[in-house]
Amino acid sequence: MKFSRLILANLFRKKVRLILTIGSFAIALVLFTFLAVVKSAFSRGAEIAGADRLVVVSRIGLMQVMPISHGDKIATIPGVKAVTHNHWFGGVYQDERNFFPQFVIDPENHRKVMTELVVPDDQWNNFLKDRMGAIAGARTAARFHWKVGDRIPIKTTLYGGAAAEFNLDGIYHSERPGGDESQFWLQWKYFDETVPPVLKSTAGWYVVKLNSPDDAVRVAKAIDEKFANSSFETKTETESAFAAGFAKQFGNIELLILSIGGVVFFTLLLVTGNTMAISVRERTSELAVLKAIGFSGRAVLFFVLAESIIIALVGGFIGLALAYLTIPVIGIALTGLLPPLLLSKSLLTLGLGFALLVGAASGLLPGLGAMRMRVVSALRRV
Amino acid sequence: MVRVDGTGKSNSLIQVRGLDKAYRRGGEEIQVLQRLNLDVDKGDFVAFMGPSGSGKTTLLNLLGGLDVPTHGSITVAGDEITHMSGNKLTQWRARHVGFIFQMYNLIPVLTAFQNVELPLLLTKLSKSDRRKHVETALGVVGLTERMNHFPRQLSGGQEQRVAIARAIVADPTFLLCDEPTGDLDRKSADEIMELLEALVGKYSKTILMVTHDPVVAARAHTTLHLEKGVLVEGKTSRESVMAGGAV
Repeated sequence: MKFSRLILANLFRKKVRLILTIGSFAIALVLFTFLAVVKSAFSRGAEIAGADRLVVVSRIGLMQVMPISHGDKIATIPGVKAVTHNHWFGGVYQDERNFFPQFVIDPENHRKVMTELVVPDDQWNNFLKDRMGAIAGARTAARFHWKVGDRIPIKTTLYGGAAAEFNLDGIYHSERPGGDESQFWLQWKYFDETVPPVLKSTAGWYVVKLNSPDDAVRVAKAIDEKFANSSFETKTETESAFAAGFAKQFGNIELLILSIGGVVFFTLLLVTGNTMAISVRERTSELAVLKAIGFSGRAVLFFVLAESIIIALVGGFIGLALAYLTIPVIGIALTGLLPPLLLSKSLLTLGLGFALLVGAASGLLPGLGAMRMRVVSALRRV
Repeated sequence: MVRVDGTGKSNSLIQVRGLDKAYRRGGEEIQVLQRLNLDVDKGDFVAFMGPSGSGKTTLLNLLGGLDVPTHGSITVAGDEITHMSGNKLTQWRARHVGFIFQMYNLIPVLTAFQNVELPLLLTKLSKSDRRKHVETALGVVGLTERMNHFPRQLSGGQEQRVAIARAIVADPTFLLCDEPTGDLDRKSADEIMELLEALVGKYSKTILMVTHDPVVAARAHTTLHLEKGVLVEGKTSRESVMAGGAV
């Protein structure tokens, strides 16, 4: 492009200012990307939830248990393909900071319902035969360098504080991108034998697999109606709604992140807008000369916008590259405190779009001013 | 032949009729130019003189299509420019006018070559054709050797010569010079005036120049005085200087 030399020459006019502006873009992009990744981590459960699954919990609350017999009754409702039950197992591995979710699962039906969580058959068969067996998600196994055959000591915080050693019979992977690979599964039989009598033959929640996602509303209503006015009323919702509600227990993460993101956006807009305004003001006479010799107002606007967008894109690329390198490191450091931090292509594209938007917005006002500038007045100011 | 009585030939290169320009400042209307007529033929070299605020630069801006008159018409090479839209006027300037300013107004981050090339970026010329044109223009002003120098690496006189090369590179219909020697020492000023004379003499360029300096004005074919917004035809510039200096 024949104007590129003019644009680049103007861009490098004040090198220190250019570096600082690009730097502020890069830092803002790292922050923006990190916030977006955290937001995505919290909402990922809802995004990747199975459309053909329902979650049934006690109407009183998630921590209230339900009779194990609910499962058979749910299975009789038309449209239900399979039902499995789970229990929360609040255990500690070595240190409380080593948090990972531990679920007591129903081995008979778990695979029929959670089809995307895959365990090799030989490992699964060993797990079925092993009362003290356990299966860990690939992420958790990698985090603690576990391998199949290891014995994993877990001290429970909920059911009398007993400590037990479990045999790691298998490692599961999620077939869905971004799926949760941090869980640790235990045998329901072992759990049922060791818990206090009040918890025997109970389930924390049920997960229901449907024949068709179209049945979701009808089946959810039928389940809740079946247990209405009983001692153990239920609340049934889609897995997606359940995951979204679960994430909300941490507070309004989305609002918090959007607020911080908004502040980052406007601060960056003010910084770069001010820089561009100063840059344009400094060369009022040069822009006036360009217009005098035949460059149109639109061409002048184009030059200013091109500069601000180039700064934004270069800063954006650097920021995204830094985010790409640092977020996995931060993710490892925050394991247990936050869900897995995944920097997806869509987030990188969003970041670049954010940079482009800020770049264009920051150059627009000074550019419009230059476009509308009267040559005679501008030359008189020289 | 330059005339200011409105009786010039209909085929004059520049024809100004009944030109008025008034500004409004603080609610008061200031009449800068009043019913001004002017005819300039191709190859004329005209100097405008007059006290500060007499409207010299305003007239130059109007002739260059940088400003619009309150009344009257300006016709250049058959184009009536006073009623052109902003965009048309911009295109017209690119094709017909070469500007030379007192402060040179080069782009400091571009080399002499790149500064001279600027008006050609608006044309459809290829890169190699642009290079030929720029080298020719820089050759005319005697700065071929300095084409890769930045303005800060040039003297004032050299900067103005680059500005002249920029003004002539697209072969405009006429040149407008606003105090082209105002920021130069006498020697450099003489060199610039020799160059302008050569452009008129050798290349038949038409030049309209504003100056305060009677010695500089004396190099033009004709000197016109602006007094209270009205153009007054004087002696030829050379005659004025011979007769005693100040015009």
